[in-house]
Amino acid sequence: MSAPVVDIAVTVNGELVRETVEARKTLVDFLREDLGLTGSHVGCEHGVCGACTVRLDGVVVRGCLTLAAQCDGARVETIEGVSDSGEIADLQDAFHKRNALQCGYCTPGMLLTAQELLASGAAPSRAAIREHLSGNYCRCTGYQAIVDAVESVARARGKA
Amino acid sequence: MKPAAFAYAKARSLDHAIELLGRHDGQARVLAGGQSLIATLNMRLDAPDLLVDINRVAGLDCIARRNGYIEIGALVRHAAAERSDVIRREAPLIARAMPHIGHPAIRNRGTVGGSIALADPAAELPACLLALGGEVEIAGAQGRRTVAADAFFKGLFDTALGSGDVLTAIRVPAAAPATRTGFAEFSRRHGDYALVGLAASATAEGRSLRDVRLAYFGVGATAVRARQAEAALIGTGLDAAVAALEQDLAPEDDVQANAAVKRQLAGVLLRRVAAQLTEQSA
Repeated sequence: MSAPVVDIAVTVNGELVRETVEARKTLVDFLREDLGLTGSHVGCEHGVCGACTVRLDGVVVRGCLTLAAQCDGARVETIEGVSDSGEIADLQDAFHKRNALQCGYCTPGMLLTAQELLASGAAPSRAAIREHLSGNYCRCTGYQAIVDAVESVARARGKA
Repeated sequence: MKPAAFAYAKARSLDHAIELLGRHDGQARVLAGGQSLIATLNMRLDAPDLLVDINRVAGLDCIARRNGYIEIGALVRHAAAERSDVIRREAPLIARAMPHIGHPAIRNRGTVGGSIALADPAAELPACLLALGGEVEIAGAQGRRTVAADAFFKGLFDTALGSGDVLTAIRVPAAAPATRTGFAEFSRRHGDYALVGLAASATAEGRSLRDVRLAYFGVGATAVRARQAEAALIGTGLDAAVAALEQDLAPEDDVQANAAVKRQLAGVLLRRVAAQLTEQSA
């Protein structure tokens, strides 16, 4: 028996995509395997690590806990999209300058999650930044440099 | 891991969802936020034939005051509940609990109804519902029914919901000026499931409290009321209430903490939450 499939039309990084996907395919696997957008990573596959973070209809979600079939009619943005648009150029710059990554596996998820916090317009404390990023695992940096980078961008954007 | 194959259907209405569930005789699952369900499927702890997606069913995402109750629709996302002025004002216990539920990306997607329907023994919302003496609205093939929180949670991941039922809303009594609430939990990392947690409500009467409801989570198969501690808190005082937890709670060892640690933490939580309840009285 072939696996059940679903037809979807989804806007990915501003471009309308029509595909037929297996019902069981997760959003992150669809992005990586069908669309070649490999900036979203697959880590734990049960919602703990945050490596698969993408934006769905404007808010960050776990790409491994959302089915591609559920995204019919939705708008998805990945790290490739927000990178190309320049939306997080300052945040990427700060991560680079402060060595807020080593292997980089968690970085796309970190950036998208941090951007959601910064875009809310708040001037977050270091504790609030840590709390907001608590669902994104980094096994290299110890988080200190990541919090430094996010804090510096929050300050810079506050002045701008 | 990847889930085993299943079919997927978008429910057009509540009736359509109930019809689909009925046709698959226990082999279909309701998909709302999916933050626990899809993880379960990915790990192949469950392999249903069909997922019935209720996300497009209209009318299940309202937060409203009705007849002295705050009604929260099953599809209200945790993030929406967290931002809701109605919940902050009139269901403050739920507002206190919200930041402890998962992480921002989980709260953007996960639903209030899903959390109650799953009834994870270490989850925050089932305990809040129990502490508030709330109720659950259920739609099924036989029509609609309402089940009180005290009767809803039956066992480990087991509730009053049948396999053909859809949880449509929860209701909690709207807070009165004398309503007091408290919430605290211990977890290894912010957003993780609790080692032990406590949700509480009470009514202030001068300097004392009445109608105290203490609902612990992470200490058994379901969220549990600590009834002797409730009585002691009203009558004899905090030390007696902490001592009464010995009779009320029967935690077992798990991978996170052993029973003795859980008992100790339960007492610490009661002191913290009791302080929250009385602080508001001052």
